[in-house]
Amino acid sequence: MTHDPTERDRISGDAPAGHAEIAVRPEFQHMANLSKEKVFELRDINVSYGGNLAVKDISLDIYRNQVTALIGPSGCGKSTLIRCLNRMNDLVPSAEVTGELLYHGEDLYGPKVDPVQVRKLIGMVFQKPNPFPKSIYDNVAFGPRILGMDGKMDDIVERALVRSALWDEVKDRLDDNAYGMSGGQQQRLCIARCIAVEPDVILMDEPCSALDPISTGKIEDLMTELKQDFSIVIVTHNMQQAARVSDRTAFLMVELDATEQNRWGRIVEYDETEKIFTNPSDKRTEDYVSGKVG
Amino acid sequence: MSDGIRTERTRLAVAGARSVSMAELTNQPRGEVIRGRIFWALLMLAVSIALLGLALLLIDAVIDGADRFGVGLFTDQVSGIPENGGFQTAIIGSLWVIGGVILFSVPLGVGAALYLEEYGDGTKWWNRLIELNIQNLAAVPSIVYGILGLAFIVRGPLSLGQVALSASLTLTLLILPTIIIAARESIRAVPPSIREGALALGATRWETTRHQVLPAAVPGILTGVILAVSRAFGEAAPLLLIGATTFVTANTNNPVEDPYTTLPVQIFNYFGRAQDEWLQLAAAGIIVMLLLVLAMNSVAIWLRNRYEQNW
Repeated sequence: MTHDPTERDRISGDAPAGHAEIAVRPEFQHMANLSKEKVFELRDINVSYGGNLAVKDISLDIYRNQVTALIGPSGCGKSTLIRCLNRMNDLVPSAEVTGELLYHGEDLYGPKVDPVQVRKLIGMVFQKPNPFPKSIYDNVAFGPRILGMDGKMDDIVERALVRSALWDEVKDRLDDNAYGMSGGQQQRLCIARCIAVEPDVILMDEPCSALDPISTGKIEDLMTELKQDFSIVIVTHNMQQAARVSDRTAFLMVELDATEQNRWGRIVEYDETEKIFTNPSDKRTEDYVSGKVG
Repeated sequence: MSDGIRTERTRLAVAGARSVSMAELTNQPRGEVIRGRIFWALLMLAVSIALLGLALLLIDAVIDGADRFGVGLFTDQVSGIPENGGFQTAIIGSLWVIGGVILFSVPLGVGAALYLEEYGDGTKWWNRLIELNIQNLAAVPSIVYGILGLAFIVRGPLSLGQVALSASLTLTLLILPTIIIAARESIRAVPPSIREGALALGATRWETTRHQVLPAAVPGILTGVILAVSRAFGEAAPLLLIGATTFVTANTNNPVEDPYTTLPVQIFNYFGRAQDEWLQLAAAGIIVMLLLVLAMNSVAIWLRNRYEQNW
C-alpha cells in the first residue's frame, strides 16, 4: 500500500477542487458534505464466522474528517463491521470477509496488503479501556517506539496526551501505572495511545459503554475536536450519543431467515445524522430512533 | 423500643411476632448442620495429615542432624571420616547442575509455551499432539528420565560422560513439561484485550508478544520456573543412574569434564552406611538442603508479590 502522506494529500487536494473557499449556503450543506472525500467505500460486504453470516450486503461510504456512527440493537453486527475496517477480524481464524472494501480507493483486502500496515493507519479504541500494565508514559510511547517514529519521544507523548485532553491530569504522574487511573482516564489514555502513532482513521467500538456520564461527555467533546485531524467511525448503542457527535449515521438491524435459525445484520438506512434522527426515510429507523423498538 | 407500644395487646402481638421470626431465622435444619460439620472435619483432617507428614519428616531430620549442623557443613569438603566431612563439594555440584538446568530449561520452556499459546493454531492435530505429549511427560517418573539420560546423553549420541552438564540436560528434560505448563498458564492469564490493544497500534505479533504479553506473564513464569527448579534441585533418582558419583574429593570446577555429586545424591549415599555418624551427617545434610530449597522458594514468593499484576 502506498498511503504515505503525499499520496493522501494529493487525493484530498484533487477531489473537492477549491470547495473550501466557496461559502456553502446552509440548505446546500447536505450536498457539500456528500461531495467530500471518501475514506472507505464498502460494496456488498458480507462477513461470516465459520460459515454463519454476521453482516450482509453492507454498502456505505465513510467520509474524511467526519464522525460516522453505526447504531442498532445488540447482535446486529456493528462491532463485526467496524472490525473489518482495520482487519481486526483477521485475528479470528474462522472469519471470512467478502465484497469490496476500498480505503482511499485501494482494496483493503488485496493480496499484497499487510494487515499490520493497515492497523498503523487505522487505529482502534475498544469497548473496555485496555491500557497496557505499564506506566502512563510507556502506554503512549509504545506505538511510536515500535513504529520507529521520528522526533523526541517526550514531545510525542506530551502532544498525544494534550490532544486527548489528558495532559493536565497526568503530567505530574507520567511514571505511574496506568491501572491506577479512573475508567474514563484510562479510555482517554487509550485514545492518546492511538493518536500518538498519527493514524488516518480512528475506529471506536462503543468507547463509552463502560464509562460514567461525565467521562462520556469528555470523550464526546474529544471526538468533536479530533475529527479536525482524523476520520472517526464509532459504534454505539446509545442513540443520543450518535445524535450528539456524529455527522453521518448508519442504522443496522437484525434480519432473520425464513427458518428464523440464522440471523445477520443489515443496513436499514445510512444518511446525515440530522436526517436519520429527524426525518428518516425508513419506518424501522423511525421506530428505533424514537424508542418504539430497540 | 417499647416506648411506642401503648397497650398490653399490642405488646403481646409484637412479642409473639418477634419470637416467631427469631425462630425462623435461627432454625437451621439439623441434617444441614451435621453435614456442614462433617465436611469441615474432613477438610481439617486432610490439612492435618498433609502437615503432620511433613512435620514428622522435618522434626526427625532436625533431631538427628541438629548436633552435627554448623557452618562447617557449607565450608568443608567431603572426608572419609564422617566427623570432618561437609557438603561443600555436593553444594557446588548442585549449583553447577541447577545453573545448567535454568540456562537450558527457561528459554526452551518459555519458547515452547509462547509457541503453543501465541502462535500455534490449537485446532491443528500436530499442536494438539504436542499438548497431549507435554501433559503426559509431566507425569513420567523421574527414573525414566534417568534411563533416557544414560542412554542418550551420558552415552549414545551425545556421549558427554558422567559430568554435571549431563545431569543438567537430563533434569532439564525432567522439568521442561512443568515449566511449559506453568508458563502457558500465566501467558493465558494475560487478557486478550492487551494483545488487541497492541495489534491495533500496528504492532506485529512478535512485537505484541515481546513487549506486552511476555512482560505481563513474567511473574507467573518466574514462579513456575523456580518451583520446577526446586524440584530438580531435590531430585536424586535420575542422577544415580547417570553417574553423579558419590565420593568426589575435589570441588567440581568444570561442568563438562570433572566428576560431580549433588546434595540429594550425597545424602542418599550417607544413609546407606552403617555407622551412626554417617546417618547423623546425612540428617544434617537434609537440613542444609531444606534451607537452600526454602531460600529458593522465598525468592519465588518475593518475585511473585513484587511483580504481581491484577487485571
